[in-house]
This record gives sequence, structure tokens and C-alpha cells, in this order.
Amino acid sequence: MTRRVAAIAFNTFREAVRDRVLYNLIFFALLLVAMAPLLGQISIGVQRVLLVNLSLSAISVFGTIISIFLGISLVSKEIEKRTLYPVLSRPVGRGEFIVGKYFGLSGTLFVNTVAMSLGFYIALFIMSGRLGRADANVLLGIYFILLQFLVIIGLALLFSSFSTPIMSALFALAMFVAGSFAGDLRAFAAMTHGPGKWMALATSYVIPNLASLNVMTRVAHDQFIPASLVLYNTLYAICYSAATIAAALLLFSRRDLK
Amino acid sequence: MLAVEILGFEKTYAAGFWRKKRKVGLRPLHLDVNQGEVFGFLGPNGAGKTTTLKLLMGLISPTAGSARIFGRHWREPQVRSRIGFLPEQPYFYDHLTPIELLNYYGALSGMSRDDLRARIPKLLERVGLADQGTVQLRKFSKGMLQRVGIAQAVIHDPELVFLDEPMSGLDPLGRREVREFIESLNAEGKTVFFSTHILSDAEALCDRVAVMNKGELRGVGVVAELVSQKSGRVEIVWQGKDAIPAVQALHAECHVAGETVRASIPESQLYAALDALRRQQARLIAVNPVGGSLENYFLQKLGVPAEAEQ
Ligand SMILES: Nc1ncnc2c1ncn2[C@@H]1O[C@H](COP(=O)(O)OP(=O)(O)O)[C@@H](O)[C@H]1O
Ligand SMILES: [Mg+2]
Repeated sequence: MTRRVAAIAFNTFREAVRDRVLYNLIFFALLLVAMAPLLGQISIGVQRVLLVNLSLSAISVFGTIISIFLGISLVSKEIEKRTLYPVLSRPVGRGEFIVGKYFGLSGTLFVNTVAMSLGFYIALFIMSGRLGRADANVLLGIYFILLQFLVIIGLALLFSSFSTPIMSALFALAMFVAGSFAGDLRAFAAMTHGPGKWMALATSYVIPNLASLNVMTRVAHDQFIPASLVLYNTLYAICYSAATIAAALLLFSRRDLK
Repeated sequence: MLAVEILGFEKTYAAGFWRKKRKVGLRPLHLDVNQGEVFGFLGPNGAGKTTTLKLLMGLISPTAGSARIFGRHWREPQVRSRIGFLPEQPYFYDHLTPIELLNYYGALSGMSRDDLRARIPKLLERVGLADQGTVQLRKFSKGMLQRVGIAQAVIHDPELVFLDEPMSGLDPLGRREVREFIESLNAEGKTVFFSTHILSDAEALCDRVAVMNKGELRGVGVVAELVSQKSGRVEIVWQGKDAIPAVQALHAECHVAGETVRASIPESQLYAALDALRRQQARLIAVNPVGGSLENYFLQKLGVPAEAEQ
């Protein structure tokens, strides 16, 4: 079981690499270089805030785009191109395929994010000449961004298992936007009464709570991130992606291949 | 023992924009395949051959019915590791090389790294891709992809191999190589089940054939018996532009094509016909017995009168 899942995950990763997905790292590096003269203009304290904010935003945006665009075709492309036939005619369960695909893309984003983070820390070291405890705190922000990718990949995989890539892209983008306002929706639910309250509350649980995974500004200003938030977010990302994978499997296991 | 027992497989597709229309892909199908035989699954396009194979591979679910492979439920994982499958017009991950692809599929079939390392070069050699093992598949022609397809179908040395239209789209040389490959699998004692609409391939290779049409099984026959059947008629061919009335009088069916005349007559009238030709001083070209052929059987099962084809 684990060997087959690992083989599928590795093949997914290899496909992303050979499709030149990691080329986005070049753009990230260029972005850091382009920032350098800009940062030279301002005072040291503001410099750091700006560099952290911009870098983490770039890590998040690049990764989200990759997650959505590779995620929405994870399953549908293999059905469309019929590369699934020789896979599923072997002793491979459909669940193993779904899980392998999920891990493959998650691994791709992990590698991509680690590489970007290295670039960020190199830039930070060049700028301030040393790395301190506050800089380690930024790792938490990056960790939360990774959790965000896990959630988005789960959603994209879910859409990909029953819909065309274009529809999936629209769904995933809509969920991403809605997820960024998940907190507002919950606040709205708390204020209203009657059926509107329940609908808002139900919706706020279905859409991913990406807002609470975003602590970029807080780590940029070196604000304290409580351990309870780390625990909560970790559990949330695991449960949310497990639910999307389970739903994807439910839809995919009944599906006739074209 | 039976390799495959199809127990009433049935498939109705949902069609149309709202998926409300029903389209019959396969009517209840009952079919047995013996272990060790080469079985041909014949039928024109749309007969339901691919539908049957996809059902057997678990790629689509039957509307009704089930199947047994080696006496077990057809979707069991233990069964899956003993069978191989070549899809119709196969397509593979084009970012991989044949060696990477075979390693991947071998791992999915539960093979160890050592087994794969030993087997892959031999297999590539056998399908004529020894020199292309490290070339990405996106650079492969259709014929080469078909070879890769055959290699992946047997990478795990399965006892039973399903091939969907393995010769279609290949040039005559490629077709002959696929034929030889199927023969060599058979010589190793493997069971081969392949679909085709090319009758000469089936006649050359198969122990038995099934004829399908419009989702329905029309007949199952032993090829050796079909081919050796006597029709009781002979065909005479001679040079000329017109049918000779004296020959026509012998219950002959004559066809004139250019400079030659073909006449099919009852065997008992052969010498009378030859006498008539001698009297006319016609130049005789050939006398052939008209045997049963797979083609006649096929057309008869499809409900097309055999003569109408000529
Ligand atoms: N996915 C599908 N949706 C609707 N109809 C289908 C589908 N696949 C096959 N069919 C129909 O089922 C019938 C049998 O097709 P198929 O099994 O592909 O035939 P063959 O392989 O013998 O050419 C055809 O009429 C075909 O149009
Ligand atoms: Mg077909």
C-alpha cells in the first residue's frame, strides 16, 4: 500500500519538476534582487518588516497559484489523457491513487517553499548581517503558509475528481477568495439570528478558514504567536484536507473512466 | 480451468448533455475463456469490445452482471497482479522514458527493484526498444508507443493478457511483430484475450473467436473448425470478357472483372464446366476449392450475406 502511494506521489512530483514548475523560483529570486535597491532607501527596522512581508506574500501567492493550477488537473488530466488506464488496471486502489496524487503535489510545494525560504533567509542575512531569534519566528509564518497549501491542494483535488479543469479553477479561486474572508463570515453569523445565522455558520465551516492561517504581518512585526494557534491551525489543516480527500475519493470511486 | 468467465456483464451509458439519454454499450454478455488459449474478440466499431475490456479492468462499473478471473471475483487486487492490459490507442506520461515508465508500473504491480532491474532491459530488447530506453516518450511515434504499451502490459509477467486492438494503426511490419509477440506469449503458456476488427490477424492467431455486434454476442467458434468447413463448391477462374452460357447453365454464379471471369459452381459440376471451357478454348487460370473462412463466419454472424461483400 505505502509503496504504491509513494510511487504515485513521486511520479506526480517528477511530472511537476519536468513541466518546469520550479522555474517560478527564478522569478522569486529576481523579485528579491529587485527589492534590494528599494530597501536601501529606508531605515533598518522598516526594511526588515518590508522584506518579511513581501517575501512571505510572494511565497504565498506563488505557491497558491501552483497549488490551484496543478491541483485542478491532478485527477481530471489523467482521466482525460487516459493515463489512468494502465494504473488502475493494476492492483492499485482508487483511494491509493487519490492519496498519492495529494502527497505528490504537497511534496512539490514543500520543496518549492523550502527553496524560497532559503532565498528569503539569504536576503535577510545579506541585509542585516546576522540572523536572530525574531527571524526564527518567521518560520512559523512559513509553516502556516504550508498549511494553507495543504488545504488548497485538498480543495483543488476534490474539484478535479469530478469536474473539468476550467470549472475546477473557478471553484477553487472562489473558495480561495471566500476563504480569505472566512473570519468575517463567522463574525456575521455571530451577529445575526434565524435561518441567515445558520446558513452563514454552515458556509463558514465548508469554506476553508484561510484567514486564520495568515500571520504574515504579525511575524513581520515580531508579534508573539501563541502555541494554541499553532496547534489549532495544524489540526484544522489536517482535518480539512482529510475531509476534502475523503470527499474526492467518494466521488472518484463511483466514477466511470471516459 | 477457466481464465475468464463473464457472467452477464451489461452496460448502459448515460448520454446527451443532461445525461438523461440511455445508450446501450453492452447487452447481457456471457462468455468463457479457457486458460492457455488465444481468444479473439471480434466485431465492427461500436460492437462493445472496448466496453467489455474496460468492465473487466474495473475502469467502468457494470450496470448489471459480474465476472470471475481465475475463479475469483474480477476486481480483487490479487487477480489484478496476475493480469496485464494494453488499452486501445494507449497514451502514457510523456515526461517519462520507457525505463522510468516500466519502473513505475512495475512498482504499482508489486515488483521489487531487483526484479525490475533484471527484467526491464530484456523486455525492451524483446519489443525492439533497446536503444530508446532513455528517450522521453513525447518523442515517440505511434508504433513505438504501441511497443511501450505491450511492454507495460507484460512487465510483471502476467498469466493472462488483455489487448484492445493491438494491431490497429500499425504498418504491416509492426502488425507482424505484434502477431509474433502474441504467439510467443502463447508459447509460454499465457492466456491472451485480444479484440480486433482485422480478421486475418484473428484467423492467424486465435484458437477461438467471439463475434460481437451492436453490444451483443453473435457467436463463438473454434477457428480451426470454421476454416476447415467444406462448402461443396469450387471456384473456376479463366481469361475472358463474358460469362460462358454453357458454364452459367451449371448453377454457376459468375463475376466478370476486367479480363477475368470467376465462376462459383457446385463441386459435382467441375468437369462439365471444364469441358465447356475447353470447347470455347478459354484460357484457364485457376481452380480453387471454396472453403469456410473466418470472414464468411463473421459476416454470417453479423447478418450480412457473404456474397454481397464481393
Ligand atoms: N463513454 C461512453 N458514453 C456513451 N456511449 C459510449 C461510451 N463508450 C462507448 N459508448 C457506446 O457504446 C457502444 C460500444 O462502444 P465500444 O465498446 O467502444 O465499441 P468497440 O470497442 O467495439 O468499437 C458504442 O455504441 C459507443 O458509442
Ligand atoms: Mg474499441
